[in-house]
Amino acid sequence: MLKDITLGQFFPGDTLVHRLDPRTKLILMVVYITALFMAKGFPAYTFMLAVLITCLAVSRIKPKAIFRGLKPIFIIICITVILNIFFIRGETVLFQYRAIVITQEGLITAVFMASRLMMLIISTFLLTYTTSPITLTDGLERMLSPLKKIKLPVHEFAMMMSIALRMIPTLIEETDKIMSAQKSRGADFETGGLLKRAKAVLPLLIPLFISAFRRADELATAMESRCYHGGEGRTKMKILRFASRDFVALLFGACIVAAVVLLN
Amino acid sequence: MALIRTENLSHTYSTGTPFERVAVHDINFTAEKGEYVGIIGATGSGKSTFIQHLNGLLKPTTGNVYYDGTDIHESKKHTHDIRFKVGLVFQYPEYQLFESTVFDDIAFGPKNMGLPEDEIRERVYEAAGFVGLGESFMEKSPFGLSGGEKRRAAIAGVIAMRPEVLILDEPTAGLDPQGQAEIIRNIMSYKATHGATVLLVTHNMEEIARNVNRIVLLNKGNIVMDGTPAHVFSESERLSKLGLAAPKASLIAAKLRTLGLPLEQDIYTLKRLRKNLNELKGESGKLKAENEQHEIMAGQMNRPPVLQQEDVTGQMNRPPVWDANDGGEQHA
Repeated sequence: MLKDITLGQFFPGDTLVHRLDPRTKLILMVVYITALFMAKGFPAYTFMLAVLITCLAVSRIKPKAIFRGLKPIFIIICITVILNIFFIRGETVLFQYRAIVITQEGLITAVFMASRLMMLIISTFLLTYTTSPITLTDGLERMLSPLKKIKLPVHEFAMMMSIALRMIPTLIEETDKIMSAQKSRGADFETGGLLKRAKAVLPLLIPLFISAFRRADELATAMESRCYHGGEGRTKMKILRFASRDFVALLFGACIVAAVVLLN
Repeated sequence: MALIRTENLSHTYSTGTPFERVAVHDINFTAEKGEYVGIIGATGSGKSTFIQHLNGLLKPTTGNVYYDGTDIHESKKHTHDIRFKVGLVFQYPEYQLFESTVFDDIAFGPKNMGLPEDEIRERVYEAAGFVGLGESFMEKSPFGLSGGEKRRAAIAGVIAMRPEVLILDEPTAGLDPQGQAEIIRNIMSYKATHGATVLLVTHNMEEIARNVNRIVLLNKGNIVMDGTPAHVFSESERLSKLGLAAPKASLIAAKLRTLGLPLEQDIYTLKRLRKNLNELKGESGKLKAENEQHEIMAGQMNRPPVLQQEDVTGQMNRPPVWDANDGGEQHA
């Protein structure tokens, strides 16, 4: 069912990774991804993998959750692998049949590309699985707050993002419900050609949009009746503060980059 | 033979994840043709999950569901056909309306059945008639209707399939008393005309007491009681332990019994209570005060139920106490 989709799902916990400031985690993720793209060769990749596994172990994310999250991008990884295997022509030919040539270089690049992609995605899981959407947007807002000086609506952006994230599960639930209701009236979402299927979605989409607008309207009223008027002069109950663990973590990030440079 | 039957039906959500939850457990339930069954239970007792199995929307984790002797998951096509025989009206069904006219929306179900144009027309008009939406509504947009009208249009959308079993999940939730009464009447008239089996899920005990002839009580995914309203409502203590309350009339009757009135045991509607009280009044010319109290009660039967209980118990308790006090003071 639709409910089983993981969409940047947050798994509550109380590990070192969970406790880190969301800004630290955001920065570390960017650092890690940059290092991933800098890494060349087997030692650097192994090192990056080791770092990732250590972080996952510390955060106590279940391997099952990671595999489930990787499922949707499985096809992309496959395509990457296939393209690299067949279209990179190196010198050491391993297999040849008419126009199909597989070389050692192609194979190696394919493996590297696939593992890079997977590590990249998993490192983003590390962020979203251990940070609640609210703290995440809070962190983003704080990080981007200097942009307020050039009149960018950072607060509004962050608020929009947290509302959007908050609404995803609600909308999924709603979709499920409307789908069941229309199925009870004999609607068929599963069989038929493209045109028939596109038509079949209408009884689902129209009520869904109507309820989304209704919800948006109700939420706006609820916010206004609590005197919400944008970010100006708004204070926070929980103010994000860097702790010593955050500085250690950032130092750790710097070490990763240094290590990758050295290993290259 | 039972029209609809479940056999050891269990359903577990999100099996194999940290969010695993057993919603219904080992349910054996049967409903005969023409029965009117009320399904009650506190929030989270598995009512909604249970009813979604009866038209094949959910597949049992273990166990089977039979309609008229055939397993409803026999084949995909069969499951699809069963949905026209077992009509399910969801909670807040007005949120499923989508067509540009009321007519088209009610016609959605019959169209999916592949019926010919004139039969669809006939069924739509009939269904609209049952829910009291006249011809003038047919070309209106469903989104321009009032809340109660929307609800009735949505129920008509299921009735138009002429299901043999009509299941309604809290059809009166969020409507005003008049709208509630109207919906219940609509369901009754459909049932009377087509001899359909009706399963009504509700939190409204008064509603269920007035109409159904059998009550099934769910708690934590199990059927814990199954019997006549008189039987189920006689155990008001057990009901309140399960997060429910017996209808006001049976609570009043119980209270009156403790005060010494010889009322009968199977009272759960106001009508019955009033009748019983009048009988008692007729046969006993006992105390004048008691008679007056009966009259007060009879006069109050038409008020909203919440007020009634307080008023009545108040009146039953107070007058004698005052009398005693007054008397006492005078003597002193």
